[in-house]
Amino acid sequence: METITDTINAVTWHMACFVDDIPEDGGGCAFISGRQIAIYNFARRGEWYATDNQCPHRQQMALSRGMIGSHGEEPKVACPFHKKTFSLQTGQCLNDDEYRINTFPVMVKENRVYIGL
Amino acid sequence: MKTVSNTRIVVVGNGMVGYKFCEKLLSRKKDGQDFSITVFGEEPRAAYDRVHLSEFFAGKSADDLTMAGVDWYAENGIRLFLSDPVVDIDREEKLVRSHHGHIVYYDYLVMATGSGAFVPSIPGVEKDGVFVYRTIEDLELIQSYAKKARKGAVLGGGLLGLEAAKALLDLGLEEAHVVEFAPRLMPRQIDDAGSRMLQSQLESLGLQIHLSKSTQEIKGDDRIEGMQFADSFLDVDMLVISAGIRPRDEVAKIAGLETHPRGGIVVNSQLQTSDPSIFAIGECALAHHMIYGLIAPGYEMADVVATMLTGGEKEFLPYDMSTKLKLIGTDVASFGDPFVEEPACRTIRYENKAKGIYKRINVSTDGKTLLGGILVGEAEQYNMLLQTCKNKTILPPDSEDLILGSRGGEEAGAGVMSLPDDALICSCEAVTKGMICHEVGENGHQTVDALKKCCKAGTGCGGCIPMVKDLIAGVMKEKGVYVRNVICEHFDYSRQELMDLVKMNGLKTYGAVLDHHGKGDGCEVCKPLVASVLASLWNENILEKDRAVVQDSNDRYLANIQKGGTYSVVPRIPGGEITPEKLIVIGQVAQKYGLYTKITGGQRIDLFGAHLGDLPDIWEELIGAGFESGHAYGKSLRTVKSCVGSTWCRFGVQDSVSFAIEVEDRYKGLRSPHKLKSAVSGCVRECAEAQSKDFGIIATDKGWNLFVCGNGGAKPQHALLLASDVDKETCLRLIDRFLMFYIKTADPLTRTATWLNKMEGGINYLKAVVVDDVLGIADELERDMQNLIDVYKCEWREVVESPELRKRFTHFVNTPMKDPSITFADMREQKRAKEWA
Ligand code: SRM
Ligand SMILES: Cc1cc2nc3c(=O)[nH]c(=O)nc-3n(C[C@H](O)[C@H](O)[C@H](O)COP(=O)(O)OP(=O)(O)OC[C@H]3O[C@@H](n4cnc5c(N)ncnc54)[C@H](O)[C@@H]3O)c2cc1C
Ligand code: SF4
Ligand code: FES
Repeated sequence: METITDTINAVTWHMACFVDDIPEDGGGCAFISGRQIAIYNFARRGEWYATDNQCPHRQQMALSRGMIGSHGEEPKVACPFHKKTFSLQTGQCLNDDEYRINTFPVMVKENRVYIGL
Repeated sequence: MKTVSNTRIVVVGNGMVGYKFCEKLLSRKKDGQDFSITVFGEEPRAAYDRVHLSEFFAGKSADDLTMAGVDWYAENGIRLFLSDPVVDIDREEKLVRSHHGHIVYYDYLVMATGSGAFVPSIPGVEKDGVFVYRTIEDLELIQSYAKKARKGAVLGGGLLGLEAAKALLDLGLEEAHVVEFAPRLMPRQIDDAGSRMLQSQLESLGLQIHLSKSTQEIKGDDRIEGMQFADSFLDVDMLVISAGIRPRDEVAKIAGLETHPRGGIVVNSQLQTSDPSIFAIGECALAHHMIYGLIAPGYEMADVVATMLTGGEKEFLPYDMSTKLKLIGTDVASFGDPFVEEPACRTIRYENKAKGIYKRINVSTDGKTLLGGILVGEAEQYNMLLQTCKNKTILPPDSEDLILGSRGGEEAGAGVMSLPDDALICSCEAVTKGMICHEVGENGHQTVDALKKCCKAGTGCGGCIPMVKDLIAGVMKEKGVYVRNVICEHFDYSRQELMDLVKMNGLKTYGAVLDHHGKGDGCEVCKPLVASVLASLWNENILEKDRAVVQDSNDRYLANIQKGGTYSVVPRIPGGEITPEKLIVIGQVAQKYGLYTKITGGQRIDLFGAHLGDLPDIWEELIGAGFESGHAYGKSLRTVKSCVGSTWCRFGVQDSVSFAIEVEDRYKGLRSPHKLKSAVSGCVRECAEAQSKDFGIIATDKGWNLFVCGNGGAKPQHALLLASDVDKETCLRLIDRFLMFYIKTADPLTRTATWLNKMEGGINYLKAVVVDDVLGIADELERDMQNLIDVYKCEWREVVESPELRKRFTHFVNTPMKDPSITFADMREQKRAKEWA
């Protein structure tokens, strides 16, 4: 798998998939360095996000199958299991302070989607 | 009734009832029955809507009023002769002769000659400028004469007279008078007090009312110049006579059929005249000693005869004569027995002169049932009251609430608000009503999200969310805050409002709906809601266009997501009937893909533990063997359970399995606000548990009883009877209407039982809408349902056949690997999902 090292931001960019592997305004899951990463194509806002695929509530590998949307200005994803929602920007759970997920930078270049780990 | 292979039927009269008879006969016709139908009409055009005749003045054309054009008759093989009245009936030869000399033989003759306006024999009625109000031609004449007239009068202050008087005003006459012989208006429908109130309302509209006037003569040379009463003179230059109706029994009389001295062809409860092969229906028939001058009983008569001629059995029973007046600018209605007096009943009256409202209800002496009543000035409660009266529903202790409205302040949401404080609302998180009300009222947590956060209510299975919403609304209402039940921050509409908008604008994608009617980027509340609305409106594949990503996860992958992240597979097994061959295929598929199998509570088989990526392959095999999607994942029709019924069971009175399969096939794939379940039992023993279903059907000796709005699950509730002893066709028609009405009006995620509990007027109102069509929407509901049925496709088949859609069924986008985190445990020679970590 193609990787690019970005020394300034101290991340390594991993090529995850092609743009059209992720449905518009939906998500998909990529397997990167042994981790499951959920990637969201927020086409409505022209933005991309990436988070853990695992939901911290019941440890289900499901966030990439969740619905995305907004709460005020905040972009969010809802876990399909029990509808906990998480900010795509900060990873904070919006309806339960206990939970938080990791978020990752996304770069889209020449029709390819890269995730920074 | 005996029917020969090609039965010749002649219909005399092509009015509303004559037309309806043809329509009903065609729709009731069974395979192998053949009719040759001939219709004679005296008027120059095919039957039109006489009830809405006055709308002709409001710009409706004769075409707009037509019930069915002449093409319709031709297409259905009906010979139609217009402008050609029947002049003679030869009962020996069984033939009729028309004005133009056509001779047609009949096996059965149906008289539907209606009635004409009754014109009293006042000297001068033949003068120019005197009209009756019955046909389109009458109205054309009135319209052109009114152009040069200034002052008009109507003779007769009844239902029709007032309608005609309002029409004269609308035609632009300077003065419009109503002349009534009796001391009050609408003497047959309302009492003195009601009449006085109506009079003052009509006077404020500009009508001039003259009561207790007997007209001696119509003055004028050739044309009318005034009306002479015993005690005064009224200066008018045109007059419409609306003094009652006269049944058109003249041909029947010539033929020697029994007629009543005051008019009307005498019929028995089978609507047979004194000659058993001749029927009379509609306004010309005298049944149960009376002429029914309304359209509903006329249609019922048409149905009775059509049923009998197609081999069924039906009787015409004394019919309710309740009426609501239309078009006169103020509401007037009467129902049941409006006139009973004390001591035969208890009468409750309400009068508000300032607002022009008069209401009266007559309650039985024991206070239990409603006998009848009158509404003037405000008739919103008419349908409710009519149903209460018709169904002899037991009244609440304060029966005055029926016309005054409840004054206790507990209306919407009273259901949950009346629960005790310690009632458990969210059982997952053990949150009580008291706790929720406290959070809403004292701590200001007034949205579902806020409540989820502060007390976790609704965070488990989510089943309590509708109740939580009601509680929020209930508490807010108690605090005097008006809350609209809007969808979420992105749509400022209720589900029903949004559905209407989406339909009107023909929107088919979530993006379009959000752009047109919403704001922001949507969320997990509005997305599946819009997805469901789109499916209920258009029934296009739910995964196409931009719709896949707005579906709830179950719908998105057309399978139920399970603990651990695998999915279940539930093929449809209509009515629970399955061949050994198909059972074997299910077994083989389960073996091949390593699935846990279980018989469900819905009489079919669930295969659990499928990997996302295996779903299309599994379904390809199932579809190859003739299975279809069971929609176990959707808010849609689940199963129609059946008992074995009359095919094997020694008690069964009807074939419940065949009917269950028919019902399941009819509604499969139908998307709705919540899931729908049904069942059909073969006799009263009710082994299919139909009374716990959203709609359930139980066989009787005579047909089928239809129950609606039952629920198992968290809050069990028995279904209520909607119609009894109906035939299959009627039963399906009523279900069509019922389901479509539910789909159009229910809040999201509300089962039919809850929907009914919240409906003002409850089951009586539902009956009025679905069975009696008081809202006049039945045809539309049936049509909308038919459209959905017509476009049904198995969505799994579409996925299996589309590489594009299939591509989305993988866990990873960058490797074909299955989700490595999925693990199973063993149990009783099968596997099970691993416990939550
Ligand atoms: C498989 C089955 C249990 C079984 O093994 O028998 C089942 C399984 C589920 N039921 Fe059920 N119900 C099943 C029959 C029933 C029945 C009995 C029936 O239909 O005759 C009922 C009570 C009748 C009723 O609904 O009125 C029933 C009342 C519920 C309810 C409560 C509904 C309510 O109004 O209170 C839910 C929760 C919901 O829908 O919100 C529910 C929800 C569920 C869900 C879909 C929960 C979920 O979202 O995952 C379960 C899916 C399990 C899965 O892994 O697929 N299930 N469920 C049955 C499938 C029947 C079928 O062939 O489609
Ligand atoms: C202005 C108006 C408003 C009304 N409003 C209401 C209302 O709000 N609610 C309500 O319930 N009812 C209302 N009615 C009454 C309703 O229209 C009648 O009950 C209904 O039309 C009766 O239908 P029918 O087929 O029996 O008679 P009709 O509609 O009168 O049809 C009978 C037909 O038979 C024809 N005919 C007669 N003799 C012969 C013959 N020998 N050969 C061939 N053809 C013949 C006649 O020309 C006529 O076309 C209203 C009526 C009018 C006029
Ligand atoms: S409901 Fe009646 S017909 Fe059906 S199985 Fe039971 S006893 Fe037999
Ligand atoms: S597992 Fe995600 S909300 Fe429960």
